[in-house]
Amino acid sequence: MPAASRVVVDVGDVPVVLQTTDAPLAALLERRFRRFLKPSATPAFQFDITVVPASSHNGDADIEVHAENGRWRLQRGDFSASWDPDARHGWIRQTRSPYAVDSVLRIVHTLLLSKERGFLLHASSAVRNGRAFLFAGPSGSGKTTIVRSAPADVVVLTDEISYVRATPDGYVAFGTPFAGEWAEVGEPLAAPVGGLFRLAWAADNSREPLDPATTVRTLMRNILFFANDPSLTKRLLDTACDFAAAVPAFRLAFAPDERVWDLIQ
Amino acid sequence: MSDIFITRAPKLAARKVGGEMVILNAEDSSLYVLNGVGTAIWEAADGRTPLTAIVDSICTEYDVDREAALRDAQEFIADLVGHGVLREVPL
Repeated sequence: MPAASRVVVDVGDVPVVLQTTDAPLAALLERRFRRFLKPSATPAFQFDITVVPASSHNGDADIEVHAENGRWRLQRGDFSASWDPDARHGWIRQTRSPYAVDSVLRIVHTLLLSKERGFLLHASSAVRNGRAFLFAGPSGSGKTTIVRSAPADVVVLTDEISYVRATPDGYVAFGTPFAGEWAEVGEPLAAPVGGLFRLAWAADNSREPLDPATTVRTLMRNILFFANDPSLTKRLLDTACDFAAAVPAFRLAFAPDERVWDLIQ
Repeated sequence: MSDIFITRAPKLAARKVGGEMVILNAEDSSLYVLNGVGTAIWEAADGRTPLTAIVDSICTEYDVDREAALRDAQEFIADLVGHGVLREVPL
């Protein structure tokens, strides 16, 4: 029996062991999560991964997440997984692709954050002068463009999925390996959240404050949530309202050039 | 016209944010944001207060024509009842 490879991926200070006897998959995972590897970290959870032929899954099936006797069941066209948070252990059966693990990690972090008044947000984010700024909006609204056009002193946390956790000192954003169209993973940094920007294309750059209700609406449209669980969904509303009350939010109309960063301070 | 009584539907989460009520239907994740008058109607929808009394209260607070306010309130309520957010209480 081949030796198992361990890949430890740390996102948001939650190290997760991905263990597999499939060496090619381990190499794929190490490459995809290269900036977020932390081999010496004490793991919070472990997933044992079994690679199965593509023909054993229905490649077109949508994602399904539900709880069953304290264990989460996750399923999509290219994987099926289960996760027992109390036992800190899970299993993944998947095709040889890094995308299945990427999705499992997104779901796991979404569920973990939902208990900590945090969330994964469909938004890019970046750090400037020690503060993190989030840029939310639907596909095509400029999430990737704005971080791509950032000046040299800006560190990109992600161009696709932002990671936000509530702490006693306020909200903190972490870098994520969950990449979007840029296909470039973020930096594994953390910084207090300085603001949320809802993006809109325009001929010139301008920003105006968002009222709290619109901020909540923006958050609720962009927070990632997979589980069909009414109690968690209700908690999300509280999370979004608390965030809107604590963090300044703006509508940012921008032309795709570096000058827009004059408005992001 | 006979008076009506309205109540908030169950399985909803609601939070007042900046004077506006944000309501989440946890069953289908639909989200509603009510303006000030809508929020006043929502908060008064206790199943015991008649709509005419709710409208009287709104007219006092917002200085609007009572007939127009009653008509707008009826339309607003019919809309939210249609979305499963409010319910009419049978007499």
